[in-house]
Amino acid sequence: MNDGLNVENHSIERYLRLDRLPHIWCAGCGIGIAVGCFLRAIDRANIDPDKISLVSGIGCTGRVAGYVKLDSFHTTHGRAIPFATGLVLANPELNVVVFSGDGDLAAIGGNHLIHAARRNIDMTVICVNNFNYGMTGGQVGPTAPLEARTSTTPYGNFEPAFNLPYLMSASGATYVARWTVLHARQLERAIAEAMTKPGFSFIEVISPCPVVYGRMNKEPKGLDSMHFYQEKSVIRNGADPKDADIELNGPILVGKFIDETRPTLRDRLCQVSAKAQEKVKAKV
Amino acid sequence: MKLWRKPFDYADKATKPGQVHIDEERCKGCGFCVEFCPTEVLRMSLELSPKGYNLVVVDDESKCLACGFCELICPEFAIKVSTTNNACGDN
Amino acid sequence: MTENQELEGEFFINGDVACAEGAISAGCRFFAGYPITPATEVAERMSTRLPQVGGVYVQMEDELASMSAVLGASWGGVKAMTSTSGPGFSLMMENLGLGVMLETPCVLVNIQRAAPSTGLPTMVGQGDMMQARWGSHGSYEIIALAPTSPQDIFDLTITAFNLSEKYRVPVLIMSDEVVGHMSEKVIMPRVAQEALIERRRPDVGPEEYLPYRADGDLVPPMAMAGEGYHFHVTGLTHDERGYPVMTAEAQDILVRRLVDKIRLNRHDIIKYKEVQVEDADIIVCAYGVSVRIAQSAVRMARDEGIRAGLLHLVTIWPFAEERIRELSLQAKAFVVPEINYGQIVLEVERCAGGRARAILVPHMGGSVHSPQTILEAIREAAQ
Repeated sequence: MNDGLNVENHSIERYLRLDRLPHIWCAGCGIGIAVGCFLRAIDRANIDPDKISLVSGIGCTGRVAGYVKLDSFHTTHGRAIPFATGLVLANPELNVVVFSGDGDLAAIGGNHLIHAARRNIDMTVICVNNFNYGMTGGQVGPTAPLEARTSTTPYGNFEPAFNLPYLMSASGATYVARWTVLHARQLERAIAEAMTKPGFSFIEVISPCPVVYGRMNKEPKGLDSMHFYQEKSVIRNGADPKDADIELNGPILVGKFIDETRPTLRDRLCQVSAKAQEKVKAKV
Repeated sequence: MKLWRKPFDYADKATKPGQVHIDEERCKGCGFCVEFCPTEVLRMSLELSPKGYNLVVVDDESKCLACGFCELICPEFAIKVSTTNNACGDN
Repeated sequence: MTENQELEGEFFINGDVACAEGAISAGCRFFAGYPITPATEVAERMSTRLPQVGGVYVQMEDELASMSAVLGASWGGVKAMTSTSGPGFSLMMENLGLGVMLETPCVLVNIQRAAPSTGLPTMVGQGDMMQARWGSHGSYEIIALAPTSPQDIFDLTITAFNLSEKYRVPVLIMSDEVVGHMSEKVIMPRVAQEALIERRRPDVGPEEYLPYRADGDLVPPMAMAGEGYHFHVTGLTHDERGYPVMTAEAQDILVRRLVDKIRLNRHDIIKYKEVQVEDADIIVCAYGVSVRIAQSAVRMARDEGIRAGLLHLVTIWPFAEERIRELSLQAKAFVVPEINYGQIVLEVERCAGGRARAILVPHMGGSVHSPQTILEAIREAAQ
């Protein structure tokens, strides 16, 4: 794996549906950065693009599926993970990535997120967290910090936010990391690691949402959010995910928190299959 | 930093100067590249893209070290960095 | 068992188990489901048998996940199925719509129970028939079959897989608790590979392939994940390239094709059976378990001299409109026994167009009709 950035390598264009650019995301939105990191990661890790299946849900991040020139599935709200589970179990050769937002994965899709982590299904989940439901106009989501203003919390958010790395670690994910889009190099490396590692990998990507969340929370331009990340992020690889709560005024703990190995769902299913077939042979 | 002599391996270690190409159809003027370029190669201009965004332009290419961060941090896939004697394109 | 562990021979099993075996004989190698009475035995049978045949059984955390996983597995290249009852059926509706929109072959089995809501979990109902047609939002067509016995559910499950692969649409098996839980002799023949239909594959390379360009039969060839086609599919309204297109024009083209795909091929899809209908004045139109009781009632009516006949609907959706229309010219009335408060009778009435009466013999659920009840309705219709 080539660690340094190769500036001559403009090859991510071949992974983009160029006929659909420029994309729909707002000026200053960080989703495009996350996509770029993802495409560079699959390039640097030499993953066969024919075998990659990208599944997304509904929301701004969900639109990622439409811009990448890979087998991509834009599915229903919250159900990207179970759809991806079907793909993984049907075809073990596939390298399945779920690319979706905080609302899609942690609110409506929360149950599936927890169970997929519990099962340690072989897939990578990239969760772009912009603290709100951007596509529909900036409503509060389960990752919005306390006191945040959103279009449905005009008096300030009165619900505590999920600590996604903690949730994922407790549910059994074997790779848990969080980076902001400002940490583009680390994010690219993390995605490459996650995609080449068996088991359930979860990467939270903090991103600006200038037009709604940012505007309502004193970060009206993408740059304001990026400066916030620059000032307030604290890199602590190996930190206890319990400490990764995000409050309105920071700090934002980033880094690779969990990197473990445990049998994956496929490992266990193979054992089941072997047992079943042994029993059949024994009867014959 | 002022050197009193050039290091012997200066020629090997010298950074290759880079060129920054900005796609005017895609740039949305977010300013990330301008802000986070370590040597201030780029600046925001008053020129408008076909979609009405303020375009980023190269201010002083001689300062470019081809670190590639602008290309990484651009959300629009609008920036390509190449080094002298190498046209930009696929490898 | 055959070498690939499919069952062959005569068995005494219940409908749920027969359904699972039918799926395996049809080549189904993926099941994602959630336990729910009275469909649980389908899942339990699959959990034992799929690992034996090299397939995958996974129990998902809910029915929403089950339906999504089935779609994903189908796109991964494997024939996939799930089973449920009323409450789970309701949960699966959104993703059933996704299956229709993405044109994903798969089978969804509903072993109906008395409803609404939690209802009578262990007792029969037939109250989801309209939901089968209209349960998901928007305009679409679906295929639904109604078996009458464990043998029938075995056979129809194979038919369901064939239809879903041929037409790239989810196919529903609308069974019920009585058929699901009754045990009868089921003959399982060895199903030849040639008798199984597989989805049509693209005959062009990735550069020329358009995921949703269809020929005359309106069914596009299907690429699968991992083959290098790099396709994009979405639940948003899309064009032939699979790309989302937000225009009324694209919507018109797409929705018409999705609906016409079934409607224009209905003569291939619709199946029914007729007993003594040629000279019948009163035609009993029944489906599912009600067919068996209706058969007795028709026999009793004939013994009394009433010219009664039986129209046994095998395919519920698309509905046998043309046949009902034809028969309405000859019959005085249709008698429709259903274990609900009137669903398929509405279709019969609509198609009869006032030329023949459509008389509902309802049963709210919990048990099947008695032949007496149906006979009384036939007598009344004959006056």
